[in-house]
Amino acid sequence: MAIVFDKPKALTDAHLHYCPGCTHGIVHRLVAEAIDALGIEGRTIGIAPVGCSVMAYDYFACDMIEAAHGRAPAVATGVKRSMPENVVFTYQGDGDLASIGLCETVSCACRGENVTIIFINNAIYGMTGGQMAPTSLVGQVTQTSPYGRDAKTQGMPIRICELLASLDAPAYIERVAVNSVANVRKAGKAILKAFRTQVEGKGFSLVEVVSTCPTNWGLTPQKACQWVDEKMIPFYPLGCFRDRE
Amino acid sequence: MAKLTFKEDVCKGCGLCVSVCPKKILALSKTKLNKKGHSPVELTKPEECVGCASCALMCPDCVITVER
Repeated sequence: MAIVFDKPKALTDAHLHYCPGCTHGIVHRLVAEAIDALGIEGRTIGIAPVGCSVMAYDYFACDMIEAAHGRAPAVATGVKRSMPENVVFTYQGDGDLASIGLCETVSCACRGENVTIIFINNAIYGMTGGQMAPTSLVGQVTQTSPYGRDAKTQGMPIRICELLASLDAPAYIERVAVNSVANVRKAGKAILKAFRTQVEGKGFSLVEVVSTCPTNWGLTPQKACQWVDEKMIPFYPLGCFRDRE
Repeated sequence: MAKLTFKEDVCKGCGLCVSVCPKKILALSKTKLNKKGHSPVELTKPEECVGCASCALMCPDCVITVER
């Protein structure tokens, strides 16, 4: 018998601090598998965000930098420009990337920086206890929208992939989900492609991963995966928004 | 013939692997608690496992190693 599935080498042995059933762990693994597959661990530099994944620097075996809230794309720009031979990725949640860091995200994409952004969209602020995020769905109950998000006063959720796909510079933009085995496989391929886009020098790549937050959604991990199918994916359609071959 | 190995003390008992197993042969332990205080996952019928690795793909904590 041969080992057909094991923990990727680009992940450390540290136990993840995430809540049971949180899909951050799956995405961490997919990123590590992409790093392993391309054989770039020794020259990869990751930028950790603020949010639930703030301690991502403990989990990836490559070099990591912790950025100020939302500023990971700016830090990644600096690192990549000063060391263009290195592979630079950021790992950010929706509160980090789509709220406080929206300016850095759009600017980085607009300049077409040759970096990879892994964006986790779970439609809520996880670490701070479940407040409404820019990506929270209309009608979604959160700590700060106890009667559900009202589009009249709180606006509509922001679709980052569509927003960035309106720019000319990005090379690869895709939205995936990790709520089923089939979707996890597709997400793995998209993340690998995003890293390959950077390694081949094509420019800015971003993969949005529609993720779950069982704790703050108040659902079991299984029901959270169903909720992604029923509520999240209809508003955040999966697919490729830019692929500059 | 397939073999699953579990890092029992890393398991958080979320049950995502249990829900995706096509053979329905995974279950959370009813008798054990691990170091984290969770009920870890167990293979109820090892002889029926086909080694599809669906469980390992869905596991957020890399608990499962699959041999085939």
